[in-house]
Order: sequence, then structure tokens, then C-alpha cells
Amino acid sequence: MKELKIYARAGQGAITSAAILGQALFLEGKYAYGFPNFGAARMGAPMNAFLRFDDKPVRSRSQIYHPDYILIIDPSLIKSLDCFAGFKEGGTAIINVKQGSEIPTLNKQKVITISAEEIALQTIGKPFANTPLLGAFARVSGEVRLESLLQAITMHFSGKRKEALDKNLEAVRKGYEAV
Amino acid sequence: MNLFDSKFSTACPGCGQEIAASIVVNTAGENVIITNATGCLEVFSSKFPDSAWKVPWIHSLFENAAAVASGVEAALKHLGKLENIRVIAQAGDGGTADIGLQALSGMLERGHDILFCCYDNEAYENTGIQRSGLTPLDANTTTSPPGKKSTGNIRPKKTMLEICAAHKIPYVASASVGFIPDLKEKIKKALTIRGPKYLQIHCPCPLGWGYAPELTLKVGKLAVETGLYPLIEFEYDKLTSVMKIPEPKPVEEYLKLQKRFKHLLNNKQELQKIEQIAKTNIKNFGLT
Amino acid sequence: MKRFLEGSRAVAEAIKLCKPGVISAYPITPQTHIVQNLAQFVADGELNSQFVNVESEHSAASVVLGAIATGVRAFTATSSQGLLLMGEVIYNIAGMRLPLVLTCANRAVSAPINIWNDHQDSLAMRDTGWIQFYAENNQEALDLHIQAYKLAENKEIMLPVMVCIDGYILTHGHEPVDIPEQEKVDQFLPPYSTSYKLDPSHPITMGYLADPTCYMETRVDIQNALDRALKLIPQIAKDFKHTFGRDTGGLVETYRLEDAQYALIAQGSLAGTIKQVVDDLREKGKKVGALRVITYRPFPKEAIYQALKDVPNIGVVEKAISLGAYGPLFTEIKGIFQNRPENPKINGFVAGLGGRDISQETIIEVFTKLEGAQKDLEFIDIKKELLNGFIRF
Repeated sequence: MKELKIYARAGQGAITSAAILGQALFLEGKYAYGFPNFGAARMGAPMNAFLRFDDKPVRSRSQIYHPDYILIIDPSLIKSLDCFAGFKEGGTAIINVKQGSEIPTLNKQKVITISAEEIALQTIGKPFANTPLLGAFARVSGEVRLESLLQAITMHFSGKRKEALDKNLEAVRKGYEAV
Repeated sequence: MNLFDSKFSTACPGCGQEIAASIVVNTAGENVIITNATGCLEVFSSKFPDSAWKVPWIHSLFENAAAVASGVEAALKHLGKLENIRVIAQAGDGGTADIGLQALSGMLERGHDILFCCYDNEAYENTGIQRSGLTPLDANTTTSPPGKKSTGNIRPKKTMLEICAAHKIPYVASASVGFIPDLKEKIKKALTIRGPKYLQIHCPCPLGWGYAPELTLKVGKLAVETGLYPLIEFEYDKLTSVMKIPEPKPVEEYLKLQKRFKHLLNNKQELQKIEQIAKTNIKNFGLT
Repeated sequence: MKRFLEGSRAVAEAIKLCKPGVISAYPITPQTHIVQNLAQFVADGELNSQFVNVESEHSAASVVLGAIATGVRAFTATSSQGLLLMGEVIYNIAGMRLPLVLTCANRAVSAPINIWNDHQDSLAMRDTGWIQFYAENNQEALDLHIQAYKLAENKEIMLPVMVCIDGYILTHGHEPVDIPEQEKVDQFLPPYSTSYKLDPSHPITMGYLADPTCYMETRVDIQNALDRALKLIPQIAKDFKHTFGRDTGGLVETYRLEDAQYALIAQGSLAGTIKQVVDDLREKGKKVGALRVITYRPFPKEAIYQALKDVPNIGVVEKAISLGAYGPLFTEIKGIFQNRPENPKINGFVAGLGGRDISQETIIEVFTKLEGAQKDLEFIDIKKELLNGFIRF
């Protein structure tokens, strides 16, 4: 079983990211349980989303304390929160960085940075850093195929404008290529 | 067929509410479903295994007659049967103006095709004559007794007609068992109108008000004729019709018949206040 | 069709498949996503239902009461304070023998106000005559609603069913869910049909006044119906498996109890975490197991007894407390072993109130406590520093 923890602010798409990633893994025949760190509905408040995935059904309902993967959508949280508490040895963190972002150095885990917000602005036209981060996760972790991710995004945007879908697909691809 | 079989009713002799409820159901006819709030009417008409009701009738709780009726109406709409079946919700004054007000407001606001009948006997008679929001000023009830420091109920009646009319519903009216032809006309009229309707019927209560059972119709008539219980109609928040009382009778004629006002008869100051209520009604609604 | 869905969406899909003619609800977190989804289905014409937006939960329950009394299948959902506000109508619906299905998205009760998960809300309704199911995961949340209508509307039962799903953990958690085909649901669950309804062509009186000469029998009759439900629930689960090919529902679920020396009992999603820990401990050679109470009302005493009679050390972990006494489930589990030859040690644990996370480490610790002294009530993961002095919120 692998566990992923996403750091973001409410409104930055953490729950959607966990759901899309879970959908992509599910398309590959894996089991997943994606859930928010419940509550804090106020836009802008720091929050987490989690994803637990495995080849067999996922049953544990507790929060994630020892993630294999950490995605940080909002880098400003690194200063105020201990984002790497409980981080598993050998784990991988993927961090959206902007100019001037402080990049932490970890001894026992890998840190990958990506200008996800910049990619999002170029592709989607909005600062949805979570979308390119998903592409980066697919590339870096090897846990999920890019095609599955694109399919999950397509499902998520079903019924919405094709233009919006295409932009998001592009954002995921660009994120994948950027790392 | 009488749709309210009084053989299975245990109402007090002279009960104004029984008269009114019987008129409502018989005027509405067979194709009706009635939801009934807890109260006198429910208790005296549905003691297992006897029921006075020859139409489909349901009692659930005290405050939810309007909400249960909303569910009945929604179900009929779903079944495509709302064209042919009328839904009536009915409650006493407490079940309407106090504990039932929220559910009633919701029903009116949502636009359900329901006639809500309030049988206004001006107190919680079923539980032993306690004061309600529709108890008139100075009335003696078991929870608004007169005493050294009190002249009875401290507030005038809640303005339920205006409250309902303010929901801008198609029809709001008051009626009285003292004027049965008028009551029947209003029930008929209400049931021809689609959407939410509110009909408040003044129902004298011999037990609670303290008068002889045979005086029910007379007491009801006098309440109207003095201007204390104006019979009026609103359509979409506009006053459209009133029953004229060209020569209003003195309020004492109404009050002196009832024990609940007995303590007032030598109290000029309070009598003046009640007189003023009648005058205000006469002026505001153009009753003369 | 398998999809990766939020629990609320899974429940809404189940309700859509069951085709209620009237839906009424009032917003409360964490229940809202369920009825939002249903409102959208109705708006999109995917569900032919009257969606009645009401001014309170009391009216929501009353509207669906009126709808079923008119012979139309109905649905509502709520949580916490909403369920408590419905409380009066909850009793009324069971007393009138109306087969409503209600989702309780389980949430703590106020004060202090707290929107997170525990079971205090639905357990407050345990004595109302309602059948209560507790779902472990989103698939079961979906499946149990379909079974709930089948059970509630059975002529031998005619009682309402509350399907309890953990707020946030399931309502806002995403999982793979298999959505059954409409044809199969139609085959499993025929349209609601009853002669006990408000219909001018056959007028009946509902909601009589029952005096001391007949009230008590109404309660005996509900008790008897609930006894029949104990037999019917496993049968419906079996039929469900036959139609949909899935093991869901029933009275209890046993997990690795054969030869177990230590067992934990739980309800709802917590059982998933416990099963995971059971597997982990079994790998280390510990003889542990679990029992999940799916049907809490009627209380499946015989099924629980049969499942646990050979286990010497039992712990009940529950997200509720009968303040001033014990955990409600603990008390009832103790009762099962009265006058029985077995005399297991039974420990009571209360955990996860107001959404406090119950981690796998916590469950391991609870299993360890089963090796220690018997305690009727032990609060788990308590912050002692908050208990200095008198807490006022």
C-alpha cells in the first residue's frame, strides 16, 4: 500500500487532485481511497487531501501519518507547517515552486520541484498548480501512467467545455514533461 | 353522505370547531385528503378504533400539518393526481400561529396547492385552556389569569391573516361559524384557486370561553358584529372584500356572554382598549 | 458500471436507482452533497421526483412522511442536529409504520458545535423503532440503500430504515464503486405498492389517538416486526448477492474470528481500519479478529453471540457514549453474555468522538489493552492537558 499526502489551501484543488489520481489508478485496476482532511471549508485555509492506494481493496480509514509521497501545491505552507512530518524514508516530495520559493533539503527523501503554477498559467490560463503537479507525479513516481491520468481528467471534465478539457490535458502533459 | 360522522366524535356540546370542521369537509367533498394537527379536533374525531372521517385523513404531530400536507401534495403531483384531489391541512390556533407557524410559512412560500384551515378557538383548549398567540387581549386563560397585577392576556391577537397575506399567496380569508353561508362560500372559493390558501375560522368554545353550549353561533356572530373578528379576504396581499357591519355593536355585548372576559366588565380602562381594537379593525378594513 | 466516486454521490446514485417520487431535505454538513446530487439529477431530468426544499429538518421528515402516507416512495437525508430536530417525526414515522429510507451522514452533536464524524446522532435514535444499518465503505453505502427499501417496504415489516454512513470519511471520501444497472434494481426492488395510504377512493384514517387500552400493542407489534426483520435481513442480503453478485449487508460481518483470542467490535468505517490492523497483527502471529455490527437495530444478539462465543477477550470500540453510563454498544454486548456458559472478558472503549482520528496505531494499542485488566469504559487518545479544570466551550 502506498500513501500520498497533499498540502494546499482550501480552493486550490487538493481534493479534486486526490480524486483524479484515485480515478486514474482505478482505471489501471488498482484500489484507492481519496479523502480530505475534513473541515476547514474557509477558502484559503491550509488543508490536506490524502490518497491511499494498493493492488487490493483499501480499508484503513485513518488519516495518513507516514506518506510515501507528498505533493505541495502551495509552497508558502512550507514555512508555516511541518509538511514533512512523518515522511517515509525513501519517499518523494513534489513541490510547486515560484521564484524565491525556499526549497527544503531532505536527507532521506527525494525532493522534486516544478514551476507548476507557471505551467498552469501558460496552459489553463489560471493558477491551478495542482493539475501540472499530477503530471509530474506520474512521471516521477511511476505509480500511474500518463494515459490513465489523461483519461481520468477527461472523465472529470465530461459535460464541460471541450476547450477547458484540452487546456487541462495540456497542463498535465506539460507537468509530466517538466520533471 | 356526511363526510364527518359525528357519531364517532366526542366533541363537547356546542363545539364551534366541530361545526366548522364538518362544514369544511362536507363543502370540500369526497375528493380530498386532510392532514390534521394535534389538538381538540384530532382528539375528539379519531380515537381508535373510531374515526369521524369518511375521507382520507392523517394526523402526525402538533406543528407539522402544513409540512405533511406538502408531502401529500408533492406525492399527488408525482402521481399525476393533483388535478382531481384537493389537499387540506387543518390545525387549531396553536398548531397554526405558534408551534405550526414555521411549517405553515414554508408551505405558503413553496406555493403548494393546499388549503390551510385554522380553527381559531383562541387558546390551547385541548390541554386545558392555555393562552396562545391568537388569544385576544385580556382573555382569562389558565396561563393568562387575571389577578392583582394582571388583567389577563397581555397581548392582542397575532395578525395571522396579514402574516399569511404577506406571503403573497392567492387567497387569505377569515370566516366564522356565526356566518355559515359565508364560511361555505369561502371554502368553495378557496378550493377553486390553485396554490396555497389560508382560511382562519373563528370557532367559539363553550368550555374554554365560558358560555352555554347553545350560544356558540350567537357568540360567533357577535364577535363579527362588534368588529372584533372582521371577516375579510385578501388576494395576493391586497384586501379584496370585507363583510360589512353597518352598525357595529358595543364590544360589551360580546364580552359579557363569556366568563373569560368577566373580570373586565367593571374595568373601563381595559374595556376601552378592546373597544379600540374593534374601532381600528372597522377603520382599517372599512367594515362600516 | 464501476466508477471512482465520493460516498455522497454513491448514495445519490443508489437513491436514483430506487426512484423515490418525493425527496425532501434541509441543508446540513456533511449530508448536503447527497441531496445536491439528487437535486441535480431531478434538474437534469434523470430522476422523476418531486424535490421539496423545506425550511427545517422537522418539515423535511414531515414532507416525506406525508408522501409515503400517500403511497409514494420517499427519501430524506440529514446529520447531527438535523436528525435531532427530526427526532419527534422520527418516532412518528416508525409509529405510523411508514417505510421511509433516510441517510444519516453521521456527525457529532452540539455543544460544542462540531461538524466531524462520530455516531452520537444516530445512536440517539436507537429506541425509535427504526431499523439501523451502518456502512463500512462507499460500495456498501450504495448497496444498503437498495436493500433498505426492500426491507422497509416488506409487508411483514413496514418500518423505516436509517442507513448510517460516516460523515466526511465516507460522504466526502472517494472510492471505486460499482453502480448496478437499473434493470437489475427494478427486478430486485419492485415499485412501492400499498393499500395503507391516503386515497379518496378508499378513505382511511391514519394517526389515530390510542388510549391505554391499545397503545401498548402498537409497541409490541413493532417489536415483533423487528424480530421478523432479524430473519429477513440476511435473506435480503442473500437475494442481493444473487442479483448483483456482491456480498453486502446482513446482520454482522465476522473477520478472522476463527481461533481468535482477541476481537474488537465496531460499526461503520472504523471496521475497515480494524480489519487492516487485524491482518497486520495476524502476520505477526497474533490471534486477533474483528466483528462488525452492520445491523444495529434490530439488535442481532444471536448472530453476535454465535460469532463471539469462542473468543475469550472482547473489546467494543465505539464512537458514542451514553453519558453517565457506558458506550451503548458495550452495554448491549455485555447483555448478550448474561446467563451464557461463556464468560468472556469484555472491555469498553470510546474513541473518535467529534472526528478525532482513529489511527492504526491506536487500534494496535486497543488490542494490547485487551490483554490487560477488564474495564467497562476507557476513553482512547485523550488529551489529559485539556482536562485540567472545568472545560467550557
